Amino acid sequence: MTYKIAIASGKGGTGKTTVSLNLFYTLQKQLDQKIQLVDCDVEEPNINLFTKGELHSVSDVNIKIPVIDSDKCVYCGDCASACAYNAILFVKSISHIAVLEDLCHGCGACTYVCNQPDVIVEKDKKLGEVNVYSLENGNELVEGKIEIGSAIAVPVIGKTLKSTDENALRIIDAPPGTSCPVMETIKDVDYTILVTEPTPFGLNDLKLMVETMRKMKGKFGVVINRAGLGNLAIYDYLKEEKIELLMEIPFDKNLARIYSEGKIMVDEVPAIYEKYVKLFDKVKLNLDEANSYS
Amino acid sequence: MKIAITSLENNKASKMDPRFGRGAFFAVYDTENKEFSFYENEAKDAQGGAGPKAAELVVNLGVNKLLSSDFGPKAKAALEGMGIEMLLYSNEVKTVEEILLENS
Repeated sequence: MTYKIAIASGKGGTGKTTVSLNLFYTLQKQLDQKIQLVDCDVEEPNINLFTKGELHSVSDVNIKIPVIDSDKCVYCGDCASACAYNAILFVKSISHIAVLEDLCHGCGACTYVCNQPDVIVEKDKKLGEVNVYSLENGNELVEGKIEIGSAIAVPVIGKTLKSTDENALRIIDAPPGTSCPVMETIKDVDYTILVTEPTPFGLNDLKLMVETMRKMKGKFGVVINRAGLGNLAIYDYLKEEKIELLMEIPFDKNLARIYSEGKIMVDEVPAIYEKYVKLFDKVKLNLDEANSYS
Repeated sequence: MKIAITSLENNKASKMDPRFGRGAFFAVYDTENKEFSFYENEAKDAQGGAGPKAAELVVNLGVNKLLSSDFGPKAKAALEGMGIEMLLYSNEVKTVEEILLENS
Protein backbone atom coordinates (compact mmCIF):
# COMPACT_ATOMS: atom_id res chain seq x y z
CA MET A 1 0.00 0.00 0.00
CA THR A 2 1.33 3.43 -0.87
CA TYR A 3 -1.68 5.50 0.13
CA LYS A 4 -1.34 8.99 1.55
CA ILE A 5 -3.73 9.62 4.42
CA ALA A 6 -3.92 13.10 5.94
CA ILE A 7 -5.22 13.94 9.40
CA ALA A 8 -6.69 17.46 9.47
CA SER A 9 -9.12 19.61 11.44
CA GLY A 10 -10.41 23.13 11.16
CA LYS A 11 -10.05 23.75 14.87
CA GLY A 12 -6.70 23.47 16.61
CA GLY A 13 -6.26 21.15 19.57
CA THR A 14 -8.85 18.58 18.53
CA GLY A 15 -6.39 15.70 18.43
CA LYS A 16 -4.78 15.53 14.98
CA THR A 17 -1.42 14.52 16.37
CA THR A 18 -3.06 11.97 18.71
CA VAL A 19 -4.88 10.34 15.81
CA SER A 20 -1.82 10.46 13.52
CA LEU A 21 0.41 8.83 16.12
CA ASN A 22 -2.06 6.17 17.19
CA LEU A 23 -2.97 5.26 13.62
CA PHE A 24 0.75 4.96 12.84
CA TYR A 25 1.46 2.67 15.79
CA THR A 26 -1.63 0.58 15.04
CA LEU A 27 -0.55 0.07 11.44
CA GLN A 28 3.01 -0.66 12.49
CA LYS A 29 1.64 -3.65 14.43
CA GLN A 30 -0.65 -4.75 11.62
CA LEU A 31 1.22 -4.21 8.37
CA ASP A 32 4.47 -5.65 7.12
CA GLN A 33 5.56 -2.69 5.01
CA LYS A 34 7.25 0.68 5.26
CA ILE A 35 5.16 3.40 6.91
CA GLN A 36 6.11 7.06 7.19
CA LEU A 37 4.68 9.53 9.64
CA VAL A 38 4.79 12.99 8.10
CA ASP A 39 4.56 16.08 10.29
CA CYS A 40 3.29 18.97 8.17
CA ASP A 41 2.34 21.10 11.17
CA VAL A 42 5.52 23.02 10.35
CA GLU A 43 4.93 25.93 12.71
CA GLU A 44 4.85 23.59 15.65
CA PRO A 45 5.91 20.05 14.73
CA ASN A 46 5.61 17.89 17.83
CA ILE A 47 5.35 14.26 16.68
CA ASN A 48 9.05 13.82 17.38
CA LEU A 49 8.36 14.34 21.10
CA PHE A 50 6.44 11.05 21.05
CA THR A 51 8.35 8.98 18.51
CA LYS A 52 11.83 9.84 19.81
CA GLY A 53 13.50 8.73 16.59
CA GLU A 54 17.09 9.19 15.50
CA LEU A 55 17.70 12.15 13.18
CA HIS A 56 19.44 10.93 10.03
CA SER A 57 18.98 13.67 7.47
CA VAL A 58 18.40 17.41 7.42
CA SER A 59 17.79 19.49 4.30
CA ASP A 60 17.13 23.20 4.03
CA VAL A 61 14.09 24.73 2.37
CA ASN A 62 15.10 27.90 0.54
CA ILE A 63 13.40 30.41 -1.70
CA LYS A 64 15.06 32.89 -4.05
CA ILE A 65 14.58 36.48 -3.01
CA PRO A 66 15.65 39.59 -4.95
CA VAL A 67 18.58 41.86 -4.16
CA ILE A 68 18.19 45.20 -5.93
CA ASP A 69 21.20 47.29 -6.91
CA SER A 70 19.90 50.79 -6.20
CA ASP A 71 22.82 52.41 -8.11
CA LYS A 72 21.91 50.66 -11.37
CA CYS A 73 18.13 50.85 -10.84
CA VAL A 74 16.26 53.27 -13.13
CA TYR A 75 13.29 53.54 -10.71
CA CYS A 76 10.63 52.53 -13.23
CA GLY A 77 8.63 50.70 -10.54
CA ASP A 78 7.81 47.66 -12.73
CA CYS A 79 9.10 45.23 -10.11
CA ALA A 80 6.99 46.78 -7.33
CA SER A 81 3.86 46.71 -9.52
CA ALA A 82 4.46 43.06 -10.35
CA CYS A 83 4.80 42.06 -6.70
CA ALA A 84 1.57 40.55 -5.35
CA TYR A 85 2.84 40.62 -1.77
CA ASN A 86 3.88 44.29 -1.35
CA ALA A 87 7.42 43.04 -0.79
CA ILE A 88 9.11 45.82 -2.78
CA LEU A 89 8.95 49.27 -1.25
CA PHE A 90 9.15 51.75 -4.10
CA VAL A 91 8.75 55.51 -3.65
CA LYS A 92 9.25 57.27 -6.95
CA SER A 93 9.20 60.82 -5.55
CA ILE A 94 12.36 60.25 -3.52
CA SER A 95 13.92 57.49 -5.71
CA HIS A 96 13.76 54.93 -2.93
CA ILE A 97 13.60 51.18 -3.45
CA ALA A 98 13.97 48.37 -0.91
CA VAL A 99 13.12 44.67 -0.64
CA LEU A 100 11.01 43.71 2.38
CA GLU A 101 12.42 40.23 2.84
CA ASP A 102 9.79 39.05 5.33
CA LEU A 103 7.01 39.67 2.83
CA CYS A 104 8.70 38.06 -0.19
CA HIS A 105 7.26 34.70 -1.29
CA GLY A 106 10.05 34.04 -3.80
CA CYS A 107 7.82 33.97 -6.90
CA GLY A 108 10.45 35.66 -9.09
CA ALA A 109 8.02 38.07 -10.78
CA CYS A 110 10.25 41.10 -10.04
CA THR A 111 13.29 39.49 -11.66
CA TYR A 112 11.15 38.48 -14.64
CA VAL A 113 9.74 41.95 -15.33
CA CYS A 114 12.94 43.95 -14.72
CA ASN A 115 14.30 45.01 -18.11
CA GLN A 116 17.57 46.48 -16.84
CA PRO A 117 20.66 44.26 -16.83
CA ASP A 118 22.14 43.23 -13.46
CA VAL A 119 19.79 45.35 -11.34
CA ILE A 120 18.11 42.40 -9.66
CA VAL A 121 20.08 39.34 -8.61
CA GLU A 122 18.60 36.57 -6.47
CA LYS A 123 19.87 35.10 -3.24
CA ASP A 124 18.75 32.14 -1.15
CA LYS A 125 16.66 32.74 1.92
CA LYS A 126 16.12 29.85 4.32
CA LEU A 127 12.47 29.28 5.24
CA GLY A 128 12.83 26.06 7.16
CA GLU A 129 14.10 22.52 7.00
CA VAL A 130 12.99 18.94 6.48
CA ASN A 131 14.21 16.48 9.09
CA VAL A 132 14.01 12.72 8.65
CA TYR A 133 14.14 10.50 11.74
CA SER A 134 14.57 6.70 11.80
CA LEU A 135 11.94 4.85 13.80
CA GLU A 136 11.46 1.14 14.53
CA ASN A 137 11.00 -1.45 11.74
CA GLY A 138 12.61 0.75 9.08
CA ASN A 139 9.80 3.27 9.41
CA GLU A 140 10.45 7.00 9.42
CA LEU A 141 9.23 10.36 10.62
CA VAL A 142 9.51 13.11 8.00
CA GLU A 143 9.19 16.46 9.74
CA GLY A 144 8.86 19.93 8.25
CA LYS A 145 9.97 22.81 10.45
CA ILE A 146 9.70 26.51 9.71
CA GLU A 147 12.39 29.05 10.71
CA ILE A 148 11.57 31.10 13.78
CA GLY A 149 10.13 34.44 12.67
CA SER A 150 9.15 33.21 9.21
CA ALA A 151 5.47 33.25 8.26
CA ILE A 152 5.70 31.37 4.95
CA ALA A 153 4.76 27.73 5.53
CA VAL A 154 3.67 26.47 2.11
CA PRO A 155 7.12 25.87 0.52
CA VAL A 156 8.25 24.06 3.69
CA ILE A 157 5.18 21.80 3.55
CA GLY A 158 5.66 21.23 -0.17
CA LYS A 159 9.25 20.10 0.29
CA THR A 160 8.34 17.95 3.31
CA LEU A 161 5.80 16.04 1.22
CA LYS A 162 8.22 15.75 -1.72
CA SER A 163 10.79 14.28 0.66
CA THR A 164 8.53 11.35 1.54
CA ASP A 165 9.01 7.83 0.15
CA GLU A 166 6.60 7.07 -2.70
CA ASN A 167 6.69 3.38 -1.82
CA ALA A 168 5.61 3.92 1.77
CA LEU A 169 2.17 4.23 3.32
CA ARG A 170 2.14 7.81 4.58
CA ILE A 171 0.24 9.18 7.57
CA ILE A 172 0.30 12.96 7.28
CA ASP A 173 -0.38 15.28 10.23
CA ALA A 174 -1.76 18.53 8.78
CA PRO A 175 -1.58 21.99 10.33
CA PRO A 176 -4.78 23.40 11.89
CA GLY A 177 -7.10 25.79 10.09
CA THR A 178 -8.41 25.81 6.52
CA SER A 179 -5.94 28.14 4.78
CA CYS A 180 -3.09 27.62 2.29
CA PRO A 181 -0.86 25.42 4.51
CA VAL A 182 -3.72 22.94 4.99
CA MET A 183 -4.60 22.92 1.29
CA GLU A 184 -0.96 22.36 0.35
CA THR A 185 -0.93 19.38 2.75
CA ILE A 186 -4.11 17.69 1.55
CA LYS A 187 -4.19 18.55 -2.16
CA ASP A 188 -2.58 15.29 -3.31
CA VAL A 189 -3.61 12.86 -0.58
CA ASP A 190 -5.87 9.85 -1.13
CA TYR A 191 -7.99 10.34 1.96
CA THR A 192 -8.38 12.88 4.77
CA ILE A 193 -9.48 12.08 8.30
CA LEU A 194 -11.06 15.16 9.88
CA VAL A 195 -10.70 15.23 13.65
CA THR A 196 -13.17 17.30 15.61
CA GLU A 197 -14.85 17.54 19.00
CA PRO A 198 -18.58 17.76 19.85
CA THR A 199 -18.53 21.43 20.89
CA PRO A 200 -19.91 24.52 19.12
CA PHE A 201 -16.35 25.53 18.13
CA GLY A 202 -15.60 22.03 16.90
CA LEU A 203 -18.76 21.99 14.78
CA ASN A 204 -18.21 25.48 13.36
CA ASP A 205 -14.67 24.70 12.25
CA LEU A 206 -15.64 21.24 10.99
CA LYS A 207 -18.18 22.87 8.66
CA LEU A 208 -15.44 25.12 7.24
CA MET A 209 -13.22 22.09 6.74
CA VAL A 210 -16.01 20.08 5.06
CA GLU A 211 -16.56 23.00 2.66
CA THR A 212 -12.84 23.02 1.89
CA MET A 213 -12.78 19.25 1.30
CA ARG A 214 -15.76 19.43 -1.05
CA LYS A 215 -14.23 22.27 -3.05
CA MET A 216 -11.02 20.29 -3.37
CA LYS A 217 -13.00 17.14 -4.22
CA GLY A 218 -11.14 15.13 -1.61
CA LYS A 219 -12.45 11.97 0.07
CA PHE A 220 -12.89 12.34 3.79
CA GLY A 221 -14.54 11.06 6.97
CA VAL A 222 -14.79 12.34 10.52
CA VAL A 223 -13.35 11.25 13.86
CA ILE A 224 -14.99 12.72 16.97
CA ASN A 225 -12.52 13.14 19.80
CA ARG A 226 -13.60 13.81 23.41
CA ALA A 227 -16.97 12.19 22.70
CA GLY A 228 -19.31 12.79 25.63
CA LEU A 229 -18.23 16.41 25.98
CA GLY A 230 -20.42 19.27 24.72
CA ASN A 231 -23.62 18.43 22.85
CA LEU A 232 -25.01 16.23 20.08
CA ALA A 233 -25.33 18.88 17.32
CA ILE A 234 -22.31 17.53 15.50
CA TYR A 235 -23.95 14.10 15.10
CA ASP A 236 -27.04 15.70 13.53
CA TYR A 237 -24.78 17.63 11.17
CA LEU A 238 -22.95 14.48 10.06
CA LYS A 239 -26.27 12.72 9.44
CA GLU A 240 -27.74 15.63 7.49
CA GLU A 241 -24.66 15.97 5.33
CA LYS A 242 -24.26 12.19 4.95
CA ILE A 243 -20.68 12.30 6.22
CA GLU A 244 -19.16 9.07 7.48
CA LEU A 245 -18.39 8.96 11.20
CA LEU A 246 -15.21 6.89 11.29
CA MET A 247 -14.50 6.70 15.02
CA GLU A 248 -15.23 8.22 18.40
CA ILE A 249 -12.61 8.62 21.11
CA PRO A 250 -14.20 9.02 24.56
CA PHE A 251 -13.56 12.06 26.76
CA ASP A 252 -11.52 10.20 29.33
CA LYS A 253 -9.07 11.35 31.96
CA ASN A 254 -6.94 8.24 31.60
CA LEU A 255 -6.42 8.89 27.88
CA ALA A 256 -5.43 12.49 28.62
CA ARG A 257 -2.95 11.24 31.21
CA ILE A 258 -1.37 8.78 28.75
CA TYR A 259 -0.95 11.56 26.19
CA SER A 260 0.49 13.99 28.73
CA GLU A 261 3.11 11.41 29.70
CA GLY A 262 4.19 11.12 26.07
CA LYS A 263 2.89 7.56 25.80
CA ILE A 264 0.86 6.06 22.97
CA MET A 265 -2.79 5.18 23.72
CA VAL A 266 -2.96 2.12 21.45
CA ASP A 267 0.00 0.61 23.33
CA GLU A 268 -1.64 1.20 26.71
CA VAL A 269 -5.37 0.58 26.16
CA PRO A 270 -6.46 -2.47 24.12
CA ALA A 271 -9.97 -1.06 23.53
CA ILE A 272 -8.46 2.02 21.87
CA TYR A 273 -6.22 -0.18 19.73
CA GLU A 274 -9.35 -2.02 18.51
CA LYS A 275 -10.92 1.31 17.60
CA TYR A 276 -7.95 2.28 15.46
CA VAL A 277 -7.95 -1.12 13.72
CA LYS A 278 -11.59 -0.49 12.77
CA LEU A 279 -10.80 3.09 11.77
CA PHE A 280 -8.23 1.91 9.27
CA ASP A 281 -10.60 -0.79 7.96
CA LYS A 282 -13.13 1.94 7.16
CA VAL A 283 -10.55 4.22 5.58
CA LYS A 284 -9.16 1.34 3.53
CA LEU A 285 -12.63 0.41 2.31
CA ASN A 286 -13.06 3.96 1.02
CA LEU A 287 -9.65 3.93 -0.63
CA ASP A 288 -10.04 0.52 -2.28
CA GLU A 289 -13.49 1.50 -3.52
CA ALA A 290 -12.11 4.70 -5.08
CA ASN A 291 -9.30 2.71 -6.67
CA SER A 292 -11.58 0.07 -8.16
CA TYR A 293 -13.46 2.76 -10.08
CA SER A 294 -10.35 4.28 -11.62
CA MET B 1 6.67 70.87 5.05
CA LYS B 2 3.86 68.33 4.92
CA ILE B 3 2.65 66.58 8.04
CA ALA B 4 0.15 63.71 8.05
CA ILE B 5 -1.94 61.50 10.32
CA THR B 6 -4.36 58.68 9.57
CA SER B 7 -8.00 59.74 10.00
CA LEU B 8 -11.30 57.89 10.31
CA GLU B 9 -13.07 60.12 7.76
CA ASN B 10 -11.96 62.35 4.90
CA ASN B 11 -12.67 65.75 6.52
CA LYS B 12 -11.09 68.15 9.01
CA ALA B 13 -13.62 67.33 11.75
CA SER B 14 -12.68 63.65 11.72
CA LYS B 15 -10.99 61.95 14.67
CA MET B 16 -7.62 60.30 14.15
CA ASP B 17 -7.47 56.62 13.15
CA PRO B 18 -5.32 54.88 15.75
CA ARG B 19 -3.86 52.52 13.12
CA PHE B 20 -1.26 53.51 10.56
CA GLY B 21 -1.03 50.84 7.84
CA ARG B 22 -4.71 49.97 7.99
CA GLY B 23 -5.99 53.44 8.77
CA ALA B 24 -8.91 54.63 6.58
CA PHE B 25 -7.61 57.98 5.26
CA PHE B 26 -4.52 60.16 5.34
CA ALA B 27 -5.09 63.73 6.54
CA VAL B 28 -2.24 65.88 5.18
CA TYR B 29 -1.46 69.45 6.21
CA ASP B 30 0.84 71.60 4.11
CA THR B 31 2.50 74.16 6.43
CA GLU B 32 3.46 76.43 3.55
CA ASN B 33 0.10 77.05 1.91
CA LYS B 34 -1.84 76.16 5.10
CA GLU B 35 -4.01 73.68 3.23
CA PHE B 36 -5.52 70.37 4.34
CA SER B 37 -6.01 67.49 1.94
CA PHE B 38 -7.40 63.98 2.38
CA TYR B 39 -6.48 60.76 0.60
CA GLU B 40 -7.93 57.29 0.87
CA ASN B 41 -5.43 54.73 2.17
CA GLU B 42 -5.43 52.23 -0.69
CA ALA B 43 -3.24 49.88 1.35
CA LYS B 44 -5.73 49.43 4.18
CA ASP B 45 -7.15 46.11 2.95
CA ALA B 46 -3.88 44.61 1.70
CA GLN B 47 -3.47 40.97 2.68
CA GLY B 48 0.06 41.60 3.85
CA GLY B 49 2.48 44.50 3.90
CA ALA B 50 -0.17 47.19 4.48
CA GLY B 51 2.23 49.19 6.67
CA PRO B 52 5.08 49.62 4.17
CA LYS B 53 2.56 50.13 1.34
CA ALA B 54 0.85 52.92 3.31
CA ALA B 55 4.28 54.43 4.00
CA GLU B 56 4.99 54.36 0.26
CA LEU B 57 1.68 56.10 -0.53
CA VAL B 58 2.11 58.81 2.07
CA VAL B 59 5.75 59.55 1.22
CA ASN B 60 4.78 59.83 -2.44
CA LEU B 61 2.41 62.62 -1.35
CA GLY B 62 5.46 64.56 -0.21
CA VAL B 63 4.90 64.03 3.50
CA ASN B 64 8.00 64.44 5.72
CA LYS B 65 6.48 64.03 9.18
CA LEU B 66 3.96 61.42 10.36
CA LEU B 67 1.87 61.07 13.48
CA SER B 68 0.30 57.81 14.64
CA SER B 69 -0.54 56.08 17.89
CA ASP B 70 1.21 52.99 16.56
CA PHE B 71 3.59 52.28 13.68
CA GLY B 72 3.88 48.55 12.94
CA PRO B 73 7.41 47.07 12.78
CA LYS B 74 7.49 46.84 8.97
CA ALA B 75 6.07 50.35 8.48
CA LYS B 76 8.54 51.72 11.02
CA ALA B 77 11.52 50.11 9.28
CA ALA B 78 10.35 51.39 5.89
CA LEU B 79 9.82 54.96 7.16
CA GLU B 80 13.17 54.97 8.95
CA GLY B 81 14.84 53.83 5.73
CA MET B 82 13.31 56.81 3.94
CA GLY B 83 14.26 59.29 6.66
CA ILE B 84 10.67 60.23 7.51
CA GLU B 85 10.10 61.73 10.95
CA MET B 86 7.70 59.66 13.07
CA LEU B 87 5.90 60.90 16.14
CA LEU B 88 3.92 58.67 18.50
CA TYR B 89 0.72 60.52 19.27
CA SER B 90 -2.65 59.49 20.63
CA ASN B 91 -5.80 61.53 21.16
CA GLU B 92 -9.38 60.31 20.77
CA VAL B 93 -11.05 63.67 21.43
CA LYS B 94 -9.39 66.22 19.16
CA THR B 95 -10.08 66.57 15.45
CA VAL B 96 -7.33 65.85 12.94
CA GLU B 97 -7.35 69.58 12.08
CA GLU B 98 -6.51 70.47 15.68
CA ILE B 99 -3.91 67.73 15.96
CA LEU B 100 -2.09 68.65 12.75
CA LEU B 101 -2.09 72.39 13.55
CA GLU B 102 -0.74 71.75 17.05
CA ASN B 103 2.05 69.50 15.83
CA SER B 104 3.24 71.44 12.81
